[in-house]
Amino acid sequence: MNWVGLYNYWIVIFLMMTGFYIVVSQGNLVKKLVGLNLFQTSVFIQYISMGKMPGGTAPIESSAPAVYSNPLPHVLILTAIVVGVATTALGLALAVRIKQAYGTVEEDRIREEDRNV
Amino acid sequence: MIAANLPALQVVLPLLSAPLCVLLGRGRAAWLLATVVSWLALAIAAALLRQVLAQGAVHYAFGDWAAPWGIEYVVDGTAAFVLLIVAGIAATVFPYSLLSVEKEVDPERQALFYAAMLLCLAGLLGIVITGDAFNLFVLLEISALSTYTLVSLGQDRRALTAAYQYLILGTIGATFILIGVGLLYMLTGTLNMADLAERIEGLHQSRTLQTAFAFLVVGIGLKLALFPMHLWLPNAYTYAPSAVSALLSATATKVAVYVLLRFLFTIFGTWFSFSDMNVDWILIPLALVATFSMSLVAIFQNNVKRMLAYSSVAQVAYMTLGIGIVTVTGLTAALLHLFNHALIKGALFLALGAVFYRIGSVQLDRMQGIAREMPWTMAAFVLAALSLIGVPMTVGFVSKWYLILAALEKGWWLVVVLILITSLMAVVYLWRVIEAAYFRPRPADREAVSEAPWGLLLPTWVLALANLYLGIDTDLSVGVAGEAAQRLMGLGP
Repeated sequence: MNWVGLYNYWIVIFLMMTGFYIVVSQGNLVKKLVGLNLFQTSVFIQYISMGKMPGGTAPIESSAPAVYSNPLPHVLILTAIVVGVATTALGLALAVRIKQAYGTVEEDRIREEDRNV
Repeated sequence: MIAANLPALQVVLPLLSAPLCVLLGRGRAAWLLATVVSWLALAIAAALLRQVLAQGAVHYAFGDWAAPWGIEYVVDGTAAFVLLIVAGIAATVFPYSLLSVEKEVDPERQALFYAAMLLCLAGLLGIVITGDAFNLFVLLEISALSTYTLVSLGQDRRALTAAYQYLILGTIGATFILIGVGLLYMLTGTLNMADLAERIEGLHQSRTLQTAFAFLVVGIGLKLALFPMHLWLPNAYTYAPSAVSALLSATATKVAVYVLLRFLFTIFGTWFSFSDMNVDWILIPLALVATFSMSLVAIFQNNVKRMLAYSSVAQVAYMTLGIGIVTVTGLTAALLHLFNHALIKGALFLALGAVFYRIGSVQLDRMQGIAREMPWTMAAFVLAALSLIGVPMTVGFVSKWYLILAALEKGWWLVVVLILITSLMAVVYLWRVIEAAYFRPRPADREAVSEAPWGLLLPTWVLALANLYLGIDTDLSVGVAGEAAQRLMGLGP
């Protein structure tokens, strides 16, 4: 098995787990979103990796025979990036509204506030 | 011309009307547009069902790009059945939302509210109709993002934290689905569902396929509130505006159940899902624990919306139980319960919305004696509650009957007993509401309220009576669900 050659997938796994861990462990709502972003970014790299051909060029039609990278995963991930941006924007907007309503973005303080009411 | 393009119109119409709602800018105008569009969506769904029943599955190639390359929309029996219930619920909730939203949402946000409702509807309908795995992810996110916005518009500030929590868990679920779809593409080089199903056939031993399967099941499980991944659901349903609770509880989890069916049966195939991966070993125990524990939790809730939210988790578990049984009867039960539970929960949440409209709360102690002042609202609630319990002559009875039949076919007596026990638990928690509303006197210091206005009562009663009508005339639902189940199992024509 070629462990080193698959290094981009190791990066994917590392980023994915880091992001996931931040989402679970952090109590700060903004930091959670940072973790969520890392988590999503890892999937972007996964998709981009799978389209790569060794020595492949951009898929532009030409008379000389050439090896192309698969453009489809790249296009797919553009869509997923847009979705990710929208999610982050919405998450941050919610964090702002939560800050206005509770005066804090720390999860445990929010829970305390709710218990006091 | 129109008839040939119905599958596209089903999704594109609500999708394009959403920005129009924002342009209209005023609450009432946006409401009128949204309502008309929801009715058109229902008409299209009904027309599609007729087409499918008459001539089999309808295939639609977007932009005339042939199937494995272009995005294909496929309406088969299962899809048409789910489209009908999603569009039907939307067509009753949208007219209802006029008064309810005027009471619960700021005037300057109302047009945006209807835009988000339409986006949510477009996403849900799209998920059901699409034949492309990546397109499914995109539409899933369209409906999910608009849902987070809708939940956050609730009056209570806890609606904000509920929406945030839903956003985090929903995004993790969607990303898991994205990873799964990516792995499938790496393995097969296609995203078309029918094409995927063909190419997966010879690859059952592939580790990549097994990983993709795991990611997809967990991701979809988060979306359908599969116990114990249901933590986002109770808060979201409790604090969302009434109309949103009704729409979500009746459609969002149901569509996720549909996605699970699509992946398990159509794409991965019965053999891989249940004989190689044994996913039923996970689905059945979780479903049994969920029905029991969530019904138990529901008994101790004092907020009626939260009670019904926990009950929803339990009811969705009945559907996954039906899927886990993996027989035609089990699948028929799952599909029937998907359809029927949408009618039941839709009616219950609409009735609660009418109560909230008048007294501004759905706490049990605030609802004491309310039945004397709002007899029609509470009568609709009782009718839907009977249906949830599964009293004969209601839709709830039909789906539970098939579920019990499916368990009996397998000889699982314990499961049958558990279904009966959890039904009795439903009696207990719903009785708490009925007792408070009917048998407690109205405290003297509460101001008198009148019956809910017609704009709220009419949609509520339409759904409540649908519970009764489809419980007696079961030809349509049982016929379509049975045929769809046979086709999913690969037995049908």
